[in-house]
Amino acid sequence: MQSQTSQSSPVVDTERVFHVQNTDYYYGSNLAVRGVNLEIPGNKITAFIGPSGCGKSTALRCFNRLNDLIPSAHIKGRITYRGVDIYDKQVDPIELRRRIGMVFQKPNPFPKSIYDNIAFGARINGYQGDMDELIERSLKASALWDEVKDKLQNSGLSISGGQQQRLCIARAIAIEPEVILMDEPCSALDPISTLKIEELMHELKENYTIIIVTHNMQQASRVSDKTAFFNAEATEKGGKVGYLVEYDDTQKIFSDPQQEQTRDYVSGRFG
Amino acid sequence: MTVNSEQSPQLQETKANFNPNLKGRYRFDRVFKTISWIATFAGIVVLTVLLIGILVSGLSSLSFDFIVNPPSRKPEIAGIWPPLIGTICLLVITALFAFPVGVGSGIFLEEFSEDNLFAKAVEINISNLAAVPSIIYGLLGLFVFARIFEPVTGGRSLLSGGLTLALLILPVIIVATREALRAVPDSLRLAGMALGATRWQTVRSHVLPQALPGIMTGTILALSRAIGETAPLIVVGAATFVPFAPELSIKGLQSSFTAMPIQIFSWVSRPQDGFHEIAAGAIIVLMLVLLVMNGSAIWLRNKFQSNR
Ligand SMILES: Nc1ncnc2c1ncn2[C@@H]1O[C@H](COP(=O)(O)OP(=O)(O)O)[C@@H](O)[C@H]1O
Ligand SMILES: [Mg+2]
Repeated sequence: MQSQTSQSSPVVDTERVFHVQNTDYYYGSNLAVRGVNLEIPGNKITAFIGPSGCGKSTALRCFNRLNDLIPSAHIKGRITYRGVDIYDKQVDPIELRRRIGMVFQKPNPFPKSIYDNIAFGARINGYQGDMDELIERSLKASALWDEVKDKLQNSGLSISGGQQQRLCIARAIAIEPEVILMDEPCSALDPISTLKIEELMHELKENYTIIIVTHNMQQASRVSDKTAFFNAEATEKGGKVGYLVEYDDTQKIFSDPQQEQTRDYVSGRFG
Repeated sequence: MTVNSEQSPQLQETKANFNPNLKGRYRFDRVFKTISWIATFAGIVVLTVLLIGILVSGLSSLSFDFIVNPPSRKPEIAGIWPPLIGTICLLVITALFAFPVGVGSGIFLEEFSEDNLFAKAVEINISNLAAVPSIIYGLLGLFVFARIFEPVTGGRSLLSGGLTLALLILPVIIVATREALRAVPDSLRLAGMALGATRWQTVRSHVLPQALPGIMTGTILALSRAIGETAPLIVVGAATFVPFAPELSIKGLQSSFTAMPIQIFSWVSRPQDGFHEIAAGAIIVLMLVLLVMNGSAIWLRNKFQSNR
């Protein structure tokens, strides 16, 4: 594995962006997910599927070290981003999070104007260019521009849920990340808004690497190139621990999975 | 459970497993409505009686002269200028110290400190401090501000009084700040942090503005409490007879002072009826000051809220 510096610019790179090696995810002394090995390819959409509580969100939030905000959360193992161990002492999580954006389950625009929602990230990260132009570019990239161009000063909370979620995507891409993490981005949206976001994801993968957690298997099969299936099993102590069952091309996971559990899950027999 | 296929124009109970008992539930509704109405009404009646009593006995003594005159041995010419200015100065000093320190500690404890034993100890202590009788704060103020810091505060001075009151309401402001911050959804913090903001940037830009109305409400309540406090001021050494309003200067801060509640207390405890009337007049003025203060704080709060 060749080591690169973290200063690499967003290049079109279909090689692996993340490499998770033998990683255990803990909350305090509780093992939440065990032994994950995973390579996330660049400019592809990778879907995490699996039943509730198997640790998809946990695994996702560690890619941008957002789980650092939960004091008890920690990992054992190694997660590299373009060859750099993101849990290394040298890596600043604040800087990492600019490169690895995130969209949450429930749309969470700031209670500020649409304009300021996007401008905030740019300002704090020292954006030097023309702000108006950046706002327009980000909103166009998230397919929201035509709907809000006349009301940029309205509150980000005044638009519909689907529009709010696209605003959150606009906000994430305004700071030019290389990766976008999405934790069930459509689960709070209606089918039409969901479709819009899915179309958007297809466009975004030209420029970004996307990892999406989804409950919706049709969605995973529609949008993703690779699919990771997580499951959970009971432990002796009465808790449960998640693990990665199978990781492959989406088409393979859905048509010809290697594991019995995966076959059951994608055919809807449990979960 | 059988399904009734019979068509009926009225909503009839077709399933035996449920007994909606609408009548009984509506009756409960009415009972609770009446109870809460009585509770509200009782409060209003007491307040109205108090207000009318005060207005009847005090309104006649209200005049421009009453406001701007110094106290006197004769009730007819006595006024409330020095205690009125004393109270306003005390409030300003109290707010100036208690607000930044209280909100700052609240932010630290809620947003920055780790959830360790130290933080828990501090938390329990602060809650306890809020319950300490105000006279204890007076003793503390007397010892710390009036004695130890005498070169700075000038002893039993306006500044010592204000600082004592600030100390008194500090726990309330800290607790209110923490409650207000806790009510802000975590999704906002996550949103900010996920964009590469530092903790302070997130708090400053998104969390604090959301919490500000709650913080303001807590601060208003705390200051309203401070304005009526008498005991700690007596201990710290407010004088009951001060002929001049404090100067608006450093020297003024270090000068001796009195405040409205103390003046009122001193007047009611005299035997002559004339003093009782002007005491009622002073109470009206004190209530007006409170009203103006609360009104402007509510106005400020609404201004913040409508800016979102
Ligand atoms: N903040 C937390 N503190 C402690 N345990 C947590 C926390 N978040 C999640 N967990 C635990 O980690 C496990 C995985 O949760 P999560 O990652 O949210 O699963 P998923 O997203 O697949 O539904 C669950 O058993 C859950 O109880
Ligand atoms: Mg989840």
